[in-house]
Amino acid sequence: MLKDVTLGQYFPGDTVIHRLDPRTKILMVIIYIAALFNAESWISYGVVLIFLAAAIAISEIRLTAMLKGLKPIVFIVVLTSLLNLFYASGDIIAQWWIFKITREGIKAAILMAARLIMLVMGTFMLTYTTSPIMLTYGLELLLNPLKKIKVPVHELAMMMSMALRLIPTLIEETDKIMSAQKARGAEFDTGNLIQKAKAMLPILVPLFLSSFRRADELATAMEARCYHGGENRTRLNVLKMTRRDMIALILGVLVLAGVIVLARFGL
Amino acid sequence: MDDTAIKIENLTFFYNSDEEGRAPEDVLSNVSLNIEKGSFIAVLGHNGSGKSTLARHLNALLLPKGGAVTVFGMDTKDEELTLEIRRRVGMVFQNPDNQIVSNVVEEDVAFAPENLGIPTPEIRARVDEALKTVGMYEFRTHAPHLLSGGQKQRIAIAGVLAMRPKCVVFDEPTAMLDPQGRRDVMEIIGRMKNEMGSTVILITHHMEEAAMADTVVVMSDGKIVMDGAPREVFTHVEELESLGLTVPGTVKLMWELRKNGVDVPLGALTVNECANALAAHFQSK
Ligand SMILES: Nc1ncnc2c1ncn2[C@@H]1O[C@H](COP(=O)(O)OP(=O)(O)O)[C@@H](O)[C@H]1O
Ligand SMILES: [Mg+2]
Repeated sequence: MLKDVTLGQYFPGDTVIHRLDPRTKILMVIIYIAALFNAESWISYGVVLIFLAAAIAISEIRLTAMLKGLKPIVFIVVLTSLLNLFYASGDIIAQWWIFKITREGIKAAILMAARLIMLVMGTFMLTYTTSPIMLTYGLELLLNPLKKIKVPVHELAMMMSMALRLIPTLIEETDKIMSAQKARGAEFDTGNLIQKAKAMLPILVPLFLSSFRRADELATAMEARCYHGGENRTRLNVLKMTRRDMIALILGVLVLAGVIVLARFGL
Repeated sequence: MDDTAIKIENLTFFYNSDEEGRAPEDVLSNVSLNIEKGSFIAVLGHNGSGKSTLARHLNALLLPKGGAVTVFGMDTKDEELTLEIRRRVGMVFQNPDNQIVSNVVEEDVAFAPENLGIPTPEIRARVDEALKTVGMYEFRTHAPHLLSGGQKQRIAIAGVLAMRPKCVVFDEPTAMLDPQGRRDVMEIIGRMKNEMGSTVILITHHMEEAAMADTVVVMSDGKIVMDGAPREVFTHVEELESLGLTVPGTVKLMWELRKNGVDVPLGALTVNECANALAAHFQSK
């Protein structure tokens, strides 16, 4: 069941999107999120959706992988949609006890669900098509100006890349511990919330302990391979913005501008 | 003097204990050892005998509390030289999962040269060469966590080879591997010694692996209790067994035969040597 967790996963590939500079992709995601939050009408959502769909199609990421990544947020999507459904005022279509369903409410609920789902899918596009090292390298370069005000940019980037590196290993380990506990008769899927939480304890404790050991060993291995901070570090893959990146960024800015203009006209 | 790769003199070490007032116990006491350039040394010893602690002194991960460790003429206590020492003495650890730093094979192998500030085109050349040496070149864009334990360990070795070290310390590199992974790793170690001329220090539990070395060093309770050529050390069957070590099956067979009055030589290490010795003995009768 934990195999479903796709956060931080990277699907190697050789498409145009994979080959974009990670800085471009990070900026694109920011532009995309800005567009998403400026979208107010069906039309502007449609524009953003086409943009996302095109990116997914080009990247050759399987749709099932995209959908799997949505699993953890199903609950939040349903909850916020329901809130939007009942708390909007406008033409009442149906009414039951204190619950009123309005035309505006339905629209708000659907668009809110769409917004959340598209938000998650868009950010997944970034991690699915960019190797964690490249991602953090891009982030490091984008944030480099902050070094002037003593922000430890390299250290933060390294921490993030280690976290991304360890996620698959920890997931695997959790699965292993759970199977071991199940074999001894533990049940994780039955009982009420408190019983479930109690059942998780024998998993979390060993996982926690082994994470410490892992972190310690990994730090030693990094030191043994001459890691000494970001000073004088070179790279296997040097980042270079190309025409491709310019075109992608211009496309992204056009989508954002389009959405803002549409909103101006009340669309 | 010039032939010495690593010189350990009266090395003493203890871990600072967490509890106050308790005197820490020596984990290494008065260890002295000379490792020659291009030699292959195996270190044996039961769990907790201080093998890993000793290994970590060879690339300045730990610093001596007493005595000195000199690596290619450099004192490990000199902090200015730490990087120079680590680039010359690579280290491969037991758990392949805990020494791979990237989610992409080639980026992981590039980690050490990147830290050393090697120019980009040369990093590429070193990464490709190292991956070819361990036979993992086709996997260069794969995600390491999807590979087998043996494959992961080969990548960890490539990550060390990309530093172009003169000496590599292996700390029980095969302990977590299946037989196939173990064979692959041992084959690479053999080639490093024979074809690349590296100095190899192999910490291991497997007598068969130790038998490949030029010299075997046996540790117990933080001290070196035996050292010599494998065929010499392995003849001390009773001593080794009292230290919690099992001798290779071939040696054990010869030893039992001798004990029962059959006059065969003790030094047969491989199955072939063993068979030949037995054949020679019974033909001469
Ligand atoms: N980080 C540490 N802190 C405290 N004690 C340690 C630490 N690492 C090892 N030891 C202790 O030092 C002794 C030798 O350990 P080690 O060098 O790992 O032995 P080996 O590798 O031969 O199994 C053991 O008694 C162990 O408990
Ligand atoms: Mg050890």
